[in-house]
Amino acid sequence: MALDKPYKDIPGTTIFDAEQSRLGYHLNQFCMSLMKAANRERFKADERAYLDEWPMTEDQKQAVLARDLNRCIALGGNIYFLAKIGATDGKSFQQMAGSMTGMSEDEYRDMMIKGGRSAEGNRYIGEDGDAQAQHQPQGQAGRKKD
Amino acid sequence: MAKITASVYTSHVPAIGAAIDLGKTADPYWVPLFEGYQPSKEWMEANKPDVIFLVYNDHATAFSLEMIPTFAIGCAAEFQPADEGWGPRPVPVVKGHPELASHIAQSVIQDDFDLTIVNKMDVDHGLTVPLNLLCGSPQEWPCPVIPFAVNVVQYPVPSGRRCYNLGKAIRKAIESFDKPLKVQIWGTGGMSHQLQGPRAGLINREWDNAWLDKLIADPEAAAAVPHIDYVREAGSEGIELVMWLIARGAMDDVAGGPAPKVAHRFYHVPASNTGVGHLILENQ
Repeated sequence: MALDKPYKDIPGTTIFDAEQSRLGYHLNQFCMSLMKAANRERFKADERAYLDEWPMTEDQKQAVLARDLNRCIALGGNIYFLAKIGATDGKSFQQMAGSMTGMSEDEYRDMMIKGGRSAEGNRYIGEDGDAQAQHQPQGQAGRKKD
Repeated sequence: MAKITASVYTSHVPAIGAAIDLGKTADPYWVPLFEGYQPSKEWMEANKPDVIFLVYNDHATAFSLEMIPTFAIGCAAEFQPADEGWGPRPVPVVKGHPELASHIAQSVIQDDFDLTIVNKMDVDHGLTVPLNLLCGSPQEWPCPVIPFAVNVVQYPVPSGRRCYNLGKAIRKAIESFDKPLKVQIWGTGGMSHQLQGPRAGLINREWDNAWLDKLIADPEAAAAVPHIDYVREAGSEGIELVMWLIARGAMDDVAGGPAPKVAHRFYHVPASNTGVGHLILENQ
């Protein structure tokens, strides 16, 4: 019998469940290794060589090299683990979260200061809120596209 | 006998810790937040407990994907502040209370909650930021702390109902401890925030405040809120709020006593990506 996963219909959101965790095990454990200063140094010195020490998929390695956090999450990454890459790069949580929206750092920060993203239109896939697939990327990057 | 005197609820945003550590608390961005906690510091000064039972979650710090305990109780004599990738926070070592912690584990496990007992664990911002918000930045924390880590990172996380009922069992355990200790129970994390995907940055001020109302006046109803409501309305990381229900379930009124007094309530947007909520409830 299929398990109930009612969270699949929320736009712009990947729930880190047992299925995602299985996919992302090595990716997340690689991230975890960056908690040690010596490993951060080795990773920074040669990212590709360091990644090749882990039994990750090529897609996962490419997503890390590109710092494409949305892709990392689709491939089983979890934001609290991926945050170790951000820490290694000297990025704050806000910079990391903002990078997944397509907005610039300033645009994202302004949105938060104005009270954050509204839930309106962003509760179910198929509505018209700013987190919906048809409105990506957000901010100036999205306007350039038109 | 030991007694629960009050419960404290607060968000535990890492950027608040960074603001404290980097001396930015007087920046205009942070002033409203720290002002909101000023009454809490005064309250803490006037209502110092003997022990804090602190419910929080580990953020891929002490627990990687190697082991994911749903409920973990820290029984060690002390806990080091963790290096979360930016270096350890410059805060005091957290002293535990092994005697009370072991007593609680013994009682709660016999009450059918299968806790994981942890005798060695570093503690991250989830635990140290709430201590700073209520106690400032002292040389030593004012009292021993029992860390109680809840898995809210990998789904499924425990339900609100389960957390609420666990709070009742923890109350029973504390009240059967044969020493006259004043114990506070803290629930941390939340409120609305989402740190991932194109929906990152979601904040729901109305929902957060309605949930606070419910937590105060009708905790049964707050405990009945299903996971999906937190995710849809308060963002994927808003699910951390289930941890507040552990503290709420341990209050007198849940066991038939009088309703708690609201000693302080505060709400502020934003702290980094997060809607910050804070409550102090006193048993009467």
